[in-house]
Amino acid sequence: MSSFMKSSIGKKFFMSVTGLFLITFICVHLSLNLLLIFDDSGDLFNMAAHFMATNPAIKIMEPVLALGFLVHIIWSFVITLENRKARPISYNSGDKVLSPIAPSKNMLILGGLVLAFLVMHIAQFWWKFKITHEGLTAVHVMQSGVSVEMENAYAVVAGLFKSSALYCIIYIVASGLLGLHISHGFWSALHTIGWNNQIWRKRLEVAARILAWVIAVGFAIIPLYFMIKF
Amino acid sequence: MADKILNKLYIKIWRQKNSKSQGAFETYELENVSQGSSFLEMLDILNDQLIREGNDPVAFDHDCREGICGMCSLYINGEAHGPDTEITTCQLHMRKFNEGETITIEPWRAGAFPVIKDLIVNRNAFEEIQQAGGYVSVGTGGVPDGNAIPIGQDDAEEAMDAAACIGCGACVATCKNSSAMLFVSAKVSQFAKLPQGKVEGKRRAKAMVSKMDELGFGGCTNTGACEIACPKAISISNIARLNREYLCAKLAD
Ligand code: HEM
Repeated sequence: MSSFMKSSIGKKFFMSVTGLFLITFICVHLSLNLLLIFDDSGDLFNMAAHFMATNPAIKIMEPVLALGFLVHIIWSFVITLENRKARPISYNSGDKVLSPIAPSKNMLILGGLVLAFLVMHIAQFWWKFKITHEGLTAVHVMQSGVSVEMENAYAVVAGLFKSSALYCIIYIVASGLLGLHISHGFWSALHTIGWNNQIWRKRLEVAARILAWVIAVGFAIIPLYFMIKF
Repeated sequence: MADKILNKLYIKIWRQKNSKSQGAFETYELENVSQGSSFLEMLDILNDQLIREGNDPVAFDHDCREGICGMCSLYINGEAHGPDTEITTCQLHMRKFNEGETITIEPWRAGAFPVIKDLIVNRNAFEEIQQAGGYVSVGTGGVPDGNAIPIGQDDAEEAMDAAACIGCGACVATCKNSSAMLFVSAKVSQFAKLPQGKVEGKRRAKAMVSKMDELGFGGCTNTGACEIACPKAISISNIARLNREYLCAKLAD
């Protein structure tokens, strides 16, 4: 096992598995967040947030998710720095084969920017919802005929987007960066675990592009909605 | 139709006395080069000029000059084997270059391929990887009768495509991580697809990957640059197969 973890393919395997796990999380996160724009009263989103906050399965998944992020981020730096060392002297005439802005060549930069965004994002929402409860008021939502008291997470999120165009733009840009990361990451992760051949290659690349667009547009549309409507 | 003559070229070349010395770029002016001449002929003309002037000629690798031996290398204007597809440097022609152009020629750059002199690098690392497992050691008998061992057409084709690798190192030279994964995956695939090779498949994948890592090649990040640069158009599907072979082998440990 230790020789596997030290091998180049082994390290890449952990990047791949954590990356795919993060993509699963991102898909769940996106589908719940989209409730923000389908119900301006906020009840739908608050019910979903309340469900996630009180569900024991989600409680277990939270530390697993944190671990997934940590492994992915730490390994990404280790791998990228090690790979740089393999070419002590770089070329004077550059690289004409791949565009310098190809996502595959800039995964650490894209990931690093997503990480910077994540720090801000966690401070803005997760920290307030879970730790300080700052700015959170209670609302009553009718759930199957019963009035349930829950925290008004919608007011905090919608409040931020309604009050600051700058934050909206930051969120939109971050969605794009994540999309670019995934446009390479998704098919690359499957390739890494050996799920690829001449036939699947095109399918996976197209699937990655579609997934990247869905995630980028899906997340960007939320701040856009609040910017345009309010 | 007569070939056009390039009246003037500027050849910017990496010069390095030996593996210990510090190298530097040197620019030479070259006149009257036919666009019909091959790139290596152009270097021969340059060397002739250097020798007449009493200078040390540029050292570069070459052998068959017909694209099959894997000896020639050279990173030309930002591309391994220069600006053309599916060719080695010896198959590159001067018609790919323009009047008055500066042509930058560098050796393969990788920690695992140290420069010996000028444009020649030491590619023994590839031999070492091959020696770690790139062979079949089980007794396979004499030449079997045709069709005695049934092998599907697709498998035979894929094995042959992988076996087209000439071990030139363009994949390592092009990869931003100087990774040897395309080379290793081709060597593993040419056996993995055939019954004689399958027997030692697990051991081979593990031994060759571990040698590759030990020799200081970087890891694969699936950019796909290697297959674009490869003169034999070896596909990165082979890398997926290598990953599969390696992961299954490790799982069975
Ligand atoms: C939700 C956020 C993220 C998702 C969904 C995600 C997803 C992925 C996926 C699927 C891969 C492909 C793995 C492979 O090629 O085998 C990947 C690779 C990578 N990720 Fe992320 N990632 C995220 C965040 C980050 C962060 C925060 C960083 C770093 C600071 C990062 C750095 C990298 C790097 C450097 C690679 C390339 C590794 C390689 O090619 O060897 N990622 N990511």
